[in-house]
Amino acid sequence: MDLKLRVWRQKDRNSSGKLVEYDARDIDPEMSFLEMLDVVNERLIDSGDEPIAFDHDCREGICGACSATINGIPHGPHRATTVCQLHMRHFQDGDTLTIEPFRARAFPVIRDLMVDRTAFDRIVEAGGYISVGTGSAPEANTLPIPKDQAERAMDAASCIGCGACVAACKNASAMLFVAAKSSHLNTLPQGKPEKERRVLSMVAAMDEAGFGNCTNQYECSAVCPKSISEDFIGQLNREYFVASIKQQFTTK
Amino acid sequence: MKLDAKIPSGPLESKWTRYLSEIKLVNPANKRKYEIIVVGSGLGGAAAAATLGELGYHVKCFCYQDSPRRAHSIAAQGGINAAKNYQNDGDSVYRLFYDTIKGGDFRAREANVYRLAEVSAEIIDQCTAQGVPFAREYGGHLANRSFGGAQVSRTFYARGQTGQQLLLGAYSALCRQIQAGTVTMFPRTEMLDLVVVEGHAKGIVVRDMVTGEISSHSADAVVLATGGYSNVYDLSTNARGCNVTAAFRAYKRGAAFANPCYTQIHPTCIPVSGEYQSKLTLMSESLRNDGRVWVPKEKGDSRSPQEIPEEDRDYFLERKYPSYGNLAPRDISSRSAKEVCDEGRGVGPGGLGVYLDFSDAINRLGLDTIRERYGNLFEMYERITGEDAYHTPMRIYPALHYTMGGLWVDYNLMSNLPGLHVIGEANFSDHGANRLGASALMQGLADGYFILPYTIGAYLADCKGKRPPTDHPDFRAVEKEVEERTRKLLSINGKRSTQSIHRELGKLMWEKAGMARNADGLREAVSRIPGIREEFWQNVQVPGEGGEINQELEKAGRLADFLEFGELLCRDALDRNESCGGHFREEFQTKEGEALRNDEEYSYVSAWEFQGENQEPVLHKEPIVYDEVKMATRSYK
Repeated sequence: MDLKLRVWRQKDRNSSGKLVEYDARDIDPEMSFLEMLDVVNERLIDSGDEPIAFDHDCREGICGACSATINGIPHGPHRATTVCQLHMRHFQDGDTLTIEPFRARAFPVIRDLMVDRTAFDRIVEAGGYISVGTGSAPEANTLPIPKDQAERAMDAASCIGCGACVAACKNASAMLFVAAKSSHLNTLPQGKPEKERRVLSMVAAMDEAGFGNCTNQYECSAVCPKSISEDFIGQLNREYFVASIKQQFTTK
Repeated sequence: MKLDAKIPSGPLESKWTRYLSEIKLVNPANKRKYEIIVVGSGLGGAAAAATLGELGYHVKCFCYQDSPRRAHSIAAQGGINAAKNYQNDGDSVYRLFYDTIKGGDFRAREANVYRLAEVSAEIIDQCTAQGVPFAREYGGHLANRSFGGAQVSRTFYARGQTGQQLLLGAYSALCRQIQAGTVTMFPRTEMLDLVVVEGHAKGIVVRDMVTGEISSHSADAVVLATGGYSNVYDLSTNARGCNVTAAFRAYKRGAAFANPCYTQIHPTCIPVSGEYQSKLTLMSESLRNDGRVWVPKEKGDSRSPQEIPEEDRDYFLERKYPSYGNLAPRDISSRSAKEVCDEGRGVGPGGLGVYLDFSDAINRLGLDTIRERYGNLFEMYERITGEDAYHTPMRIYPALHYTMGGLWVDYNLMSNLPGLHVIGEANFSDHGANRLGASALMQGLADGYFILPYTIGAYLADCKGKRPPTDHPDFRAVEKEVEERTRKLLSINGKRSTQSIHRELGKLMWEKAGMARNADGLREAVSRIPGIREEFWQNVQVPGEGGEINQELEKAGRLADFLEFGELLCRDALDRNESCGGHFREEFQTKEGEALRNDEEYSYVSAWEFQGENQEPVLHKEPIVYDEVKMATRSYK
C-alpha cells in the first residue's frame, strides 16, 4: 500500500516545529506502524536526510515508551492498542496520516515525535509507593486479599505510563494516570496506611507539573491502550475529598 | 587472570546464612560517605539502587530509557518462581535449587543457585508488601501456576504482566528513595565506557542522550545491571534498545566475559512475517500449561488446522517427552519445533511455525477460564496476526530470548575487576546453560534486593582508596576516547544504514550460531564477522550531529560493540565441543537427537579475557564442582 505521511519535525525543545510531508510507498499491511516508520527512516537515511525521531523500545505494548498521535488520536485508531502494536492492515491504500507527538504543556516536545514525560516520574516520586523497606515484609499469605479487590487493583496497576490519556484530554489533565496509580495502591490493604497522604501529594505534584483539570469527558479512558476505566477517577476524587477535609481538621 | 569464586566453606544449606552473619559491615555513619553507581533500572538495577539507598549509601542510577519504569524487565509475562510450597505439592528450597541446576544442564555454580532458591520466598513477601497485585485464589491467598521444567506449581504471577508489576514495585521503591534524596536518577543517559583507576572500577563515562554531552561520574563501586545481549542476533524478543555495550566495555577494560555462547531460544514466539520485521514477540510460556503443541504428521499438509483430524496430528512434545509433555524446558521444546519444521512439517507462511492449540483446554475448562488466564495474550496475538486464537490454533516459532552468559562474577557478584559488580541477566552465574521459565525475574530481584546490597559491603569495607575526582587523568583519558569514537562514527558518512548492517550480522549469527551450531558454521562466522565490522567502519551512514538527540548515533555505537561481541560468542561456541542447554552443537547429539554433554572435558565456566584490539582473547576456565548434586543426563521423558 502507498500512504502519504505528514510528520511533525522539530529539532529540539527550543525550536519551533512544522509538519513535513513524506511518501511511504510499498508498505506491507502486515507491518506494524513503527516498522512502517523504520522503513521510511531507512529511506530517509539512504537519501542523506535525517530520520524521524520517535520513542519506542519493547515494541510489544508494555514499556509505554512509544507515543504518537495519528490523525488526532493518541496511539492511532485501533482501540486498546499502543502505536507499536498497531498494524498497517488497519489503514487503507492512499490514506493520508498526520503523525504528531503527544501534546501537553507538561510534556514538552524534545525532538520530532519525542516528548519529555518525566513529570509522570515526579508524580510517582511524590507518593506512588508503599513505604516498606527491603527485608521488613511479613509472610505474604498472612494478609489474605479478596480476589475481586486484588483484581480491581490489578486493573488499575496495568497502566503503562505512556501518557496517551494526557494527550487525548483537551485540558491535558493527568487525572487518569494519577487515579490509576493511586487506586492501585489504595485498593489494597497494604496501601491503606498512606492512602490519604498519597492522594494529596500526588495530586499536588500533578498540579505543579502543569497538567490541567479534569472535566469528566473521559477521552483519556477511550484512548488508553490498557483500557483503564474512568471509574478510578471517581475513586481518586472521593479519596481526595475525604483526605482534604481530614487535613482541614488536623492540627499541623 | 585469577578467577576466585570465593565460595564460602561449609555445607551447602548454611553457606549463605553463615556468610551473611560474617560479612564485613559498613558502619551506618560511613555508608553515606560512599557513592555507588548503578547502571540499568530493570528488576536488578532498580531493586539494588532502592535497597542501597535505604541502607544509607549515595546512589546514582542510570538508564537509557526516558523513565526507569520502562526497562525491559517490564516485558516479562509469565511469572516468578519461589519455593513457598503454598500448593503443598512437595516443593522446597532444595527442589527449586535442583530444578534450576538440572534445567541449566549442570553448568551453573551450585552455591549461587542454592542461595537464589533460598531467598526466593522472601522476594514474594517483599513484592506483596509493596503492593504487587499477584493473582489470588477466592480465599484471598496467593495463586500459583506451573511452568516449564518443573513438576510443582511454584510460579507467582500477575495476569500476563508479571514483569511490569514487579518492575513497578521496584520502581516505586526507587522513587521513594529518589524522593528521600538517597538516589539520584539519570534517565536518557547511556553508559559508554567504564573507568578503571589503579585496577579498581571507579566510574563510568556517559552520554546525555538529549544534549549529547559526554561526562564522567566517579564512585566507590560500580554495579552493572544492564541485561542481556540477545540483540546481537538483531531479531529477538528484547526491546530494540537492549544492548551489550556496558558489559562489553567492561570486558575491554579487564572484566572476564563468561559463557557468551549460552543463549536461550524461547519456544513460543509469533513467527516472522517479513524482511522489515523489527522484533519478535513472545507469547508467555505459561500458554503451554493449557495449549498443546502439534504439527501435521504428513509433510506439506495444506489443510486448515480444523480440517486435520486427530489421527493426522503429531503432538510431538507429548510423544517425545511423555512425563513433561508440553511443559518440556525451553531449549528442548525449541529444538523439537525446529526439527519438525526442518522435516517440512512446519505450518504457516514459509513453513516456520507450529500450532499451539487450546481447543482441548477450552472444551475441558470453558472459554471463560481460558479468557481469564490468558485473555491479554490472546488479544496481543490477534493484534499482531489478525487471527482469533480462541477459534484457530496459534502459530508459534522459537526466537532468541535470553542470554545466560554474561560478565564473570564471584559469590559476592563482583567481577574479577575489583569494585565492578554485575547483577541480573548481565552476569553469568545462576542459570548455567539454560534458564527455566519464571527464573529471570527471581534472579534479578534476588540479586538486587537481597544479595548485592550485602555483598557489596565486603568490597567497600576493604576498599581503602578514596573515589577519585572526575578530573583525574584516567577519567579524562576515557572521556577523550569516547568523544573520539563518537566523532568517528559521525564522520564515516558512508552508504549504509546502521540497521541494514545489524540485519546482516543478525542473519549470520542466527544461521551459524543460533538454535543449532556446528564447527564449520562457527568457523565461517568467526571469519566473516570481521568483514562486516570493516564494512561498518567504512560504510555506515550516521546522519545528524553529536550534540543533540541522535538515535542513529546511539544505534551505531551499540552495533559497533555487537560486531565485536558476536565474534566472541562464536569463538566460545566453537570452543565448547559438547551440547548443553541452549548450546546445541550438531556434532554432539545422541541417536535420538538429544544434547550430548561432555562432563569429563567441559564442566567448566569459560571466562574470556580481552587481549587488545583485533587479538584473540584468552580463555580461562573455572571448574564446575558439585559437592551436593550428581551430574546426570538431563531427561524429561
